Amino acid sequence: MTSDTHVDGNALGGLLMEVFGREMTDALGCCVSCGAVNEVGALFVYRSGPGDVVRCPGCTSVLLVATPGPDRPRVYFSSLRWLQPSS
Amino acid sequence: MARAAIRGRLTWQVAEVVDRIDETPRVRSLVLECPAWIGHLPGQHVDVRLTAEDGYQTERSYSIGTPADGRRVTISVERIDDGEVSPYLVDELRVGDRLELRGPIGGYFVWSPGDGGPLLLAGGGSGIVPLMAMLRARVTAGSEVAVRLLMSARSIDEVIYRDELAAISHDQPGVAIVQTLTRAQPAGWTGYGRRVDREMLADVAWPASEEPRCYACGPTGFVEAVASALVDLGHQPQKIRTERFGPTGG
Repeated sequence: MTSDTHVDGNALGGLLMEVFGREMTDALGCCVSCGAVNEVGALFVYRSGPGDVVRCPGCTSVLLVATPGPDRPRVYFSSLRWLQPSS
Repeated sequence: MARAAIRGRLTWQVAEVVDRIDETPRVRSLVLECPAWIGHLPGQHVDVRLTAEDGYQTERSYSIGTPADGRRVTISVERIDDGEVSPYLVDELRVGDRLELRGPIGGYFVWSPGDGGPLLLAGGGSGIVPLMAMLRARVTAGSEVAVRLLMSARSIDEVIYRDELAAISHDQPGVAIVQTLTRAQPAGWTGYGRRVDREMLADVAWPASEEPRCYACGPTGFVEAVASALVDLGHQPQKIRTERFGPTGG
């Protein structure tokens, strides 16, 4: 067992739907740092701070940070080169 | 002006508890009637929002345990004793009470009978819930997709859906259910008695050459153990879909 407490991008499905207006856990995202392409549902999400920190499962670079905000959520883009919704 | 609900747009709706089912001493299923439900896929979840009298709000995600059934959605909630939300849902909510939720959510950790197989499902504790929706959908659809389900629980009393799983195992050719009890095993137990590991998955999972679709759900440590063992056994990472709860849930 690891001491790691991360969950997956699945956990952000509702918040991302609010921001993007559609299901995003099956969207593909590409990491700037290592070039890995993963479905959003497979990304690692760390929830211990005030925002949810989304990291690349390959190289652990921070791809996104999501905050619920007082009334509406906000997504900060970090090392995410591109994001492509599924067909 | 009110807009019609658009598929993919999420709005909070008020669902009514229409039934409660005791699954284990710590897990209760809540059958919810959702007025604006658009249907869902096995593996999807809902966000539940609770609002305190002072306006404080908190949200949690719960997997749906049943396949699409009109406006009915069943979630199974495990009571985390120091949790903020689950003790209320498990102990306080009564039939007729109302609950704010939104969904369905999720397009990654989903499986429908038409997606085919073979299928490997691995559930740790209440991680069985979304996998049960997949298994029930297979049964309801009369699908013949071959399924192997590996479930881990601490003891026999903590196995969620125990009787239904035994019935499915008995009645459904093509479904094999293997259990491991990590803390206590009853007399005469013939399943495994330890945490999941590579050797167990080598025995239970399909050979990598069969290219099964793999779904693992549970606490983070459980999912990590399953996913890394599967990769080690030669399964393609893209074929392994995971849903981690974190250390406890809540």
